[in-house]
Amino acid sequence: MGEKVLMKGNEAIAEAAIRAGCRHYFGYPITPQTELAAYMAKRMPKIGGVFLQAESEVAAINMVYGVAGTGKRVMTSSSSPGVSLKQEGISYIAGADLPALIINVQRGGPGLGGIQPSQSDYFQATKGGGHGDYRLIVLAPSSVQEMADLTAKAFDLSEKYLVPAMLLADGTMGQMMEPVDLSGISEPEKAEKPWAVTGTQCKRKHNIINSLYLVPEQLEQKNFERYERYKVIEENECLYESFMMDDADICVVAFGIAARVSKNAVVAARKEGIKVGLIRPITLWPFPKAPLAQAADKVKGFISVELSMGQMIEDVRLATECKKPVVLCNRTGGMIPTPEQVLESIRNMAKEGK
Amino acid sequence: MTTQILIAGFGGQGVLFAGKFLAYKGMLEDKQVSWLPSYGPEMRGGTANCSIIISDDPVGSPIVSTPDALIAMNLPSFDKYENAVVSGGKVFIDSTLIGRKAQRTDIDAYYIPATKMAADAGIPTLANMIILGKMIKETGAVSFENMVDVMKKIVSAKRAELIDINIKALEAGYNYEG
Repeated sequence: MGEKVLMKGNEAIAEAAIRAGCRHYFGYPITPQTELAAYMAKRMPKIGGVFLQAESEVAAINMVYGVAGTGKRVMTSSSSPGVSLKQEGISYIAGADLPALIINVQRGGPGLGGIQPSQSDYFQATKGGGHGDYRLIVLAPSSVQEMADLTAKAFDLSEKYLVPAMLLADGTMGQMMEPVDLSGISEPEKAEKPWAVTGTQCKRKHNIINSLYLVPEQLEQKNFERYERYKVIEENECLYESFMMDDADICVVAFGIAARVSKNAVVAARKEGIKVGLIRPITLWPFPKAPLAQAADKVKGFISVELSMGQMIEDVRLATECKKPVVLCNRTGGMIPTPEQVLESIRNMAKEGK
Repeated sequence: MTTQILIAGFGGQGVLFAGKFLAYKGMLEDKQVSWLPSYGPEMRGGTANCSIIISDDPVGSPIVSTPDALIAMNLPSFDKYENAVVSGGKVFIDSTLIGRKAQRTDIDAYYIPATKMAADAGIPTLANMIILGKMIKETGAVSFENMVDVMKKIVSAKRAELIDINIKALEAGYNYEG
């Protein structure tokens, strides 16, 4: 264990990325993630890295695309409206089978929305966002420590599977400070990247980075290949936390800040004698279907706690094949459910069917 | 034990810094801590506040909606948060800037003329640390030992002269009886 320091979530992402070997950052400022860009602006020049504030989010993501093609670790960060602007580039990066990391510190939407915390980009992150047949690996941190650890993990997964990754945080996670230990994060060993565009020195054939396939048979084949990789990711890379689920009659499902609020409510409900637990997805794609399917055979119902009008709830219903009722407990537009609101929802479910 | 603290005042009064100091102190005592600022447009010239939780157990929600201790450094903050304090909680009021008394009778109110004390001591920007010193004494959320170590962590070496006056302000509040 190294020394713990008190850091903002946004800063922890930036420092973790640098420690994990990222030397290329392209961004455009937006609340509530600007500390991340500011940290990069300060540190990158001192360590021989590149910080570039692009003229727009669209430019930034295309710079990411360019660096990704050379096989270097590269990232961009933004918040909801800015991430919408990046979707075209993200689709191209996915289509070109390149690794890259996109950070979304979510705020309320739609449109310009507000600047307070939100989880209403769940659909965008996990179901596409841009056009075409593709997925992102989506990780959802629930503490400042996870903001750091999952940043490093996201780079690793993205390179392992040649799939762009997204860290889906929110304004609270970005702005809050907590003790964090960064000593466990280091640069991975150099891996061969035979696909990277690094100059042939007249010794090999050109590598071409592209997402254009005008022959439909070829494009179909590309998509088939990509989905084979997605299948492997779904089998091997699901992450979740199970909290007080052993004897639970009710299962709360929540990620990020909503999971923290829910934990308070679960602990309070247990004190009232209600058998309730929490499953916290850490990967939102791949979504941890198996633990939810197992829970569906044991509990009487699920409560999806979200900072949105209810987006993850659809995946909870799919994972549990609607065997048990799934209800929503939510706030939106930058509001955050209180532990009392979640507790009330738990009490209501406990009362039903007695 | 878990102590939920809300520090609120005008932007520029050092509300966020006082909170950061407190969180750092808790961390150095091996407690679980969180610090969450308000970051809305109200920060520019308006009110600012931060939530701090210091606990022996892992911190769940970092949002303090029902504080055990409230530091109010201006009237709008006191008006806004007085009713949020838990029954039996403590409020620390900068009585230089807040003319009224607490309306609730189920909370302990401490009146510290922190802004005047800071001005009289020649450290006009440190009312925040004076009132924080009093809060630490009355709540015991953290101990009052090794304060210099914490200061060294959060004040840059280039501004080392600030360490002594911050400690002086904390002590003035800690020792204030009134």
